[in-house]
Amino acid sequence: MTVNMSKGQAISLQKADGGTLTAVRMGLGWQAAPRRGLFGSRTREIDLDASAVLFADKQPTDVVFFRHLVSDDGSVRHTGDNLVGGAGQGGDDEAILVDLQRVPVHIDQIIFTVNSFTGQTFAEVQNAFCRLVDETNGQELARYTLTGGGQYTAQIMAIVQREGSAWQMKAVGEPANGRTFQDLMPHIVPHL
Amino acid sequence: MTAELVRGQNHPLPQTRLEIRISAGNPIVAGATLGDEQGTVQGVEWVAHPASPQLPGIEVSKQAAAAHRLAVDLDALPEGVHRVHVLLALVSGAGGPVRFGAMAAPSVAVTGLDGTEVAGYTITDLDAESAVVALELYRRQGAWKVRAVGQGYAGGLAEMLRDQGLPQAAELAAEINDAVARGMARSVAQPPPRAAGDDGRVRTATAGTGAAPDTPAQPQTQAGAQPSSAGDTSAGASPGGPINYQHPGRRTAAPPTPPPAAPPAPPGQPARPVAGDASGWTMDERLYNQVWGMFEDLARTTAAYRSAVDFAESRMEQELDKVLSDPRTRVGPAADTARAQARAKQAGLVEQARTALDRDLAQLTAEAEVVEPALPPAYARWDSPVWQGYQVPMEVPMALRLGDLHLPERTGLRIPMLVRLPLERGLWIDAGRTGSAHGALLDSAELRRLAAETAVAHAARLLAVYPVDEFSLHVIDPAGSAAASLAPLVSSGALREPPVAGAAGVSSVLAALTRRVDLVQMAVRSGATDALPPDLDLAQQLLIVHDFPHGFDDRAVTQLRYLADEGPSVGVHLMMVADREDAQAYGPVLDPLWRSLLRITPVADDHLADPWVGHAWTYEPPLVPAGSQVLQRVLGQVGRAREAYGR
Repeated sequence: MTVNMSKGQAISLQKADGGTLTAVRMGLGWQAAPRRGLFGSRTREIDLDASAVLFADKQPTDVVFFRHLVSDDGSVRHTGDNLVGGAGQGGDDEAILVDLQRVPVHIDQIIFTVNSFTGQTFAEVQNAFCRLVDETNGQELARYTLTGGGQYTAQIMAIVQREGSAWQMKAVGEPANGRTFQDLMPHIVPHL
Repeated sequence: MTAELVRGQNHPLPQTRLEIRISAGNPIVAGATLGDEQGTVQGVEWVAHPASPQLPGIEVSKQAAAAHRLAVDLDALPEGVHRVHVLLALVSGAGGPVRFGAMAAPSVAVTGLDGTEVAGYTITDLDAESAVVALELYRRQGAWKVRAVGQGYAGGLAEMLRDQGLPQAAELAAEINDAVARGMARSVAQPPPRAAGDDGRVRTATAGTGAAPDTPAQPQTQAGAQPSSAGDTSAGASPGGPINYQHPGRRTAAPPTPPPAAPPAPPGQPARPVAGDASGWTMDERLYNQVWGMFEDLARTTAAYRSAVDFAESRMEQELDKVLSDPRTRVGPAADTARAQARAKQAGLVEQARTALDRDLAQLTAEAEVVEPALPPAYARWDSPVWQGYQVPMEVPMALRLGDLHLPERTGLRIPMLVRLPLERGLWIDAGRTGSAHGALLDSAELRRLAAETAVAHAARLLAVYPVDEFSLHVIDPAGSAAASLAPLVSSGALREPPVAGAAGVSSVLAALTRRVDLVQMAVRSGATDALPPDLDLAQQLLIVHDFPHGFDDRAVTQLRYLADEGPSVGVHLMMVADREDAQAYGPVLDPLWRSLLRITPVADDHLADPWVGHAWTYEPPLVPAGSQVLQRVLGQVGRAREAYGR
């Protein structure tokens, strides 16, 4: 069952059986730009990027994105940059895996963002979505459809934050503009 | 929305990349001709047929079949093409029907790449014809359309091609028939007719009928759904046999033995570690990957701890500053409480971080305890029992242990420092003063002696883990000052030629190695490795240079730099035992040389950084335990093996 989350909705990452969530994956998928004619290589490729920013008491301490694929502590891992997208059939083209148990004790918030590195707005990208998945059982926790999201090139997707000893996810879903997560920092701060 | 066309009807084409599917009751030949504005085919190069199946923008199958799929890219067609005719023809002389009237009406369909049908056409009312123009794709005011044609020719392909204005029509028709007949001979036979009542099966698109009726005993194979793949075997393969996808030069490797299974963990505790619990084809590779995994885990878990502690400190300082900055709250019980709170917060976070670190370190320590005894000689410490049972190896190991690494958080947890073999870069054993406490206690002469001993320990390990004919050692000791340290190498016979001394010795060794680098590079570049002189030693070479730059003139230094730059790619490495201060007179020209070498120290020193987070790791050289004869014994075995092999 997929929860299509609305802005600001918070869900606790407690599992139904009472155990807490130990690993989540942020997945990002989109359909590659259509090939054109003989020189298919001149097609304007669409490159969306997933990033995760780690905060300790509202101070950014680490970031995982395509140029820094593993957080220094090893708890957050990016599976690698996809520059062109995929089949648009619902599979993740980029993913960020978070091992919540290994996140350093001072990190209390992790923010997930999506950016269009090549500059196409979400209105131009086919079948784009981002989602949060419980990595232990593959269940989808939240999903946003990015396609048709208007003239924006970025989205602040969700915040995963500590709630006592467990973690909680808050959906943000705020559109913004920017090429990488750095451009989004002013928009991220109000959500902390 | 599919349009079912009748003869003469046309239909617009929504896209330019299409597939044309043809199906008929019997194997037929499919082809295509390209025509200019008048519909004239300008030459044989404008006809796609089984002998020449590919033209720009169109591809047909190489043989006759009951079903065809032609790929069409209208944008890619040659300039000046305005019409494409899709042709069908019966196979002449194959025992099949000789006229279309004798078989079920063939049908053609134009589909998009995703399989959605655009238009379909069934060619009815054929009788004595043996060739037919089924469809015409044509350009009208910049857009492409399809027309159902259905024009048959009783005179077959030759007549049809002549009608399209092709002068060499008869020759081309003969060539096509030839190609189809060859394709038939290559293709697998049609399966024998099924018994009556079993005929509900869908007809498979088998290619070829030639051999089927009279040789029912030969092995029958169902052709795949793609007719073109059945007859596509290369000329070297047996006709009709399955394609062998195996690399001709590669032996089938036996599947690796599965890694040892971890015993089931007691509930609530992490699984007990097992040696070799990593991916890899061999135990060597698994242990190598496991050691590097432990290295990374230790680096990262320490990074998590350090960043948490740093954060706790900086937050406490900020909070204390805030208390102090406000004169009203600077003194008094409120300030004291605020300070105490800030300190408690910091202590609490550090405590939490320490707990997480201790949990991870306990796990890694347990893993190290099982991994260390399981390591093979090349990865093991000198005091490991595997060195007692040492035998001269027959294969080059995957990696070599250069020493141990540890972090100040847990000095007892030592990670083997493994580097891949063959070495990628040379080594520099720093005989100079280091910043570490260990180095500061020793005087300069003692450091030099230790450096020479470290060099011997590394060289002995390399000699011992390589098969005897794959590694050669050369030593330059210009002043003979390392004679005592080098004694085990010399006396055991593991070192073939005694250490060279003096300027003449230096230049002769350097000249010999330079010649080897030059010749091997030349041979590799020109692809003539078999033309190398037979006396050239192709084994890996390691040159130990002791007391650099003693005994070196400018020319020799230049040669050494050449070896450092060019040698590693052809298996010639340097091991410099030197104090950088001694070579100061050369100025910055030697900086690239030092940088190209991996610097290790004869005493524990924290100068190595890991590749992930860049902690400073303390390196400890792999020295032989005091009083142990293991080095002498191992080298003795190597020396005897070298003698036996005449090396």
